[in-house]
Amino acid sequence: MSETPADPGMHCPAPKHVEQVTLAHGGGGRLTHSLVRDIFAKAFVNETVHDGHVEVVSARRIATTVDGYVVRPMFFPGGDIGSLAVNGTVNDLAMCGARPECLTAGFIIEEGTGFEVLRRIAESMAGAARTAGTRIVAGDTKVVERGKGDGVYITTSGFGVCEHELDIHPRSIRAGDAVILSSDVGRHGMAVMSAREGLSFESQLRTDCRSLWTGVAALIAAGVPIRCLRDLTRGGLATGVIELAAAAELEITLEESSIPVAPAVQSACELLGFDPLYVANEGCFVAVVPGDQADKTVDTLRSVDGFEQAVRIGTVTDARPGQVSLRTKLGTLRNMMMLSGEQLPRIC
Amino acid sequence: MKYLDEFRAREPVQRCAAEIRRVVTRPWTLMEVCGGQTHSIVKHSLEALLPPDISLIHGPGCPVCVTPVDMLDKAHQIAADPRVIFCTFGDMLRVPGSTTDLFGVKARGADVRIVYSPLDVLEIAAANPDREVVFFAVGFETTAPANAMAVYQAKLRKLGNVSMLVSHVLVPPAIAAILSSSTNRVQGFLAAGHVCAIMGTREYIPLAQQYRVPIVVTGFEPLDILQGVLMCVRQLEQGRHEVENQYSRVVAEAGNNHAKGMIAEVFTVVERGWRGIGSIPASGLGLSDAYRDFDALKRFHVEESNPADVGECISGEVLQGIRKPNQCPAFGTRCTPEHPLGATMVSSEGACAAYYHYRSPTPT
Repeated sequence: MSETPADPGMHCPAPKHVEQVTLAHGGGGRLTHSLVRDIFAKAFVNETVHDGHVEVVSARRIATTVDGYVVRPMFFPGGDIGSLAVNGTVNDLAMCGARPECLTAGFIIEEGTGFEVLRRIAESMAGAARTAGTRIVAGDTKVVERGKGDGVYITTSGFGVCEHELDIHPRSIRAGDAVILSSDVGRHGMAVMSAREGLSFESQLRTDCRSLWTGVAALIAAGVPIRCLRDLTRGGLATGVIELAAAAELEITLEESSIPVAPAVQSACELLGFDPLYVANEGCFVAVVPGDQADKTVDTLRSVDGFEQAVRIGTVTDARPGQVSLRTKLGTLRNMMMLSGEQLPRIC
Repeated sequence: MKYLDEFRAREPVQRCAAEIRRVVTRPWTLMEVCGGQTHSIVKHSLEALLPPDISLIHGPGCPVCVTPVDMLDKAHQIAADPRVIFCTFGDMLRVPGSTTDLFGVKARGADVRIVYSPLDVLEIAAANPDREVVFFAVGFETTAPANAMAVYQAKLRKLGNVSMLVSHVLVPPAIAAILSSSTNRVQGFLAAGHVCAIMGTREYIPLAQQYRVPIVVTGFEPLDILQGVLMCVRQLEQGRHEVENQYSRVVAEAGNNHAKGMIAEVFTVVERGWRGIGSIPASGLGLSDAYRDFDALKRFHVEESNPADVGECISGEVLQGIRKPNQCPAFGTRCTPEHPLGATMVSSEGACAAYYHYRSPTPT
């Protein structure tokens, strides 16, 4: 061991940074953001802070969004890539406060994929669309050579109609607003993890994948003046809230003890060294509403099937713009930061 | 969850913190050895509950952080071999060698797979008889028994396509190295509970006696850590230097004899390089003669790397508790988890990453 800090043995060489896509760029964290910001947003549009985009067409406000689905395994407890591709896009529209009018779907299919697999996926998509009250109205298929894809990739785009006057967007968030969580967190990520090859553990976990539109529609119908909505997909609750704080340039403080996590999710996370607040969901959102509307929002959501666990988890302040802090169960306060990439199972 | 909720509950944690405040009469500097403890301390902001006289410094017990650069470079070379399926624990993927990390090697086409148990490696090998399956065996005494079992089983099952790149390290020699350093400030240790679950507590007695420091075997939950601090501080205030066991619900004095037997069967004690610290004699495990055939370094030709770029990373000082992560001028600016200057910014158990995620202001 070295005796002094100046010892030349005591160093840690810097890696040379090579610009190429790694799996960490798909994790929903800071690397995903830099990929979108530095390459695509720079080339196409000027806004990346919300789940979809609302355009005024003939005096009606139409929301559009698009999303790609590459989940592995394609079939996992409680869902599959098909239901995910429908609900994910329905939910991005719902986060704009838009009723999902119709979807389109594009399929990249690897040579050799069984028809039975495609049938299961198609039926799952049709079922999810029916449940969400929408239709799949156009589609496309392309086949790539064996080895050039990985089974089936799906891209869905969605069109929705905003039937209200609310500006549901991070720019509408104000200090004093309340942050409401629709249900418990972490189910989807841990369900997929439990089914993933080479990382199997016994579990009763099922994905929470479902349409969020029923919950959002109930809030709009009840007259809740929603400021913003965010579904908590890649990167989980923490990443979603950090994105909102950054886009709104306000601070959000969360209460750890109020955030529901199912015991099976908590156990699986302990086993793998994951933080459930960063685990992906596919049927869970936060609503930011004026502080005096918090109780009404919670009560309204709890009356809707699947949202019985809705709860207030935090407050917006103007203390530290762009930051998120967590009041831990012990009563201490700490910062929450976006992860770099995906969470990885730790060594011990 | 049973055995977790009780140790994360607010009331007992606050009571223990109050007792520490009552007992302390002067400044004390303690080191928690294990990266898991560091992570817990920073994640739960436990230092906010301690009196200002208690200073916690973060030890070298993060296996990801201390795996030397030349070993990572060798791992990257082997993983890049098209014959190889390279298996690793997840948090090794982001650790930078001198030119890349395993994510980068994978992005260039290597078959790199995350495993949760080293025994999964045997199934991968059995399912891919025409491929060479290499496991990156890193970690402290905690992971050594399962890694040893994988080699033992591979030999029993005559799986000729399995090998291991072994970079195991041991805790007691690292504690001895810290205590014998002229820059040492550590007056008491919270020893790593899970390491002691395997090895027991007896090997720490000579260290406590020789260097006259209290060593408290400590768990990982907030209440565990505060109880460990309390037991350590009580010894210091009373002038004692003994080995005590806070984590008695898991750790037995003799450790786990089956696990220790498996380690002794497969491994032998060797000199080992520690990233950022240097070489420490008799501080690691390598494959014993009877299992030499499973050594990946014997099976694959790898070039010796010469990591020369010192840069401004102070992780060696961080790993020895000489400086804290936020005392590094590059912290959070030139060194972030996306562009780490050293391994302590990479692993979830690395002190710099823990500070970055939970304590720092937003980087510019």
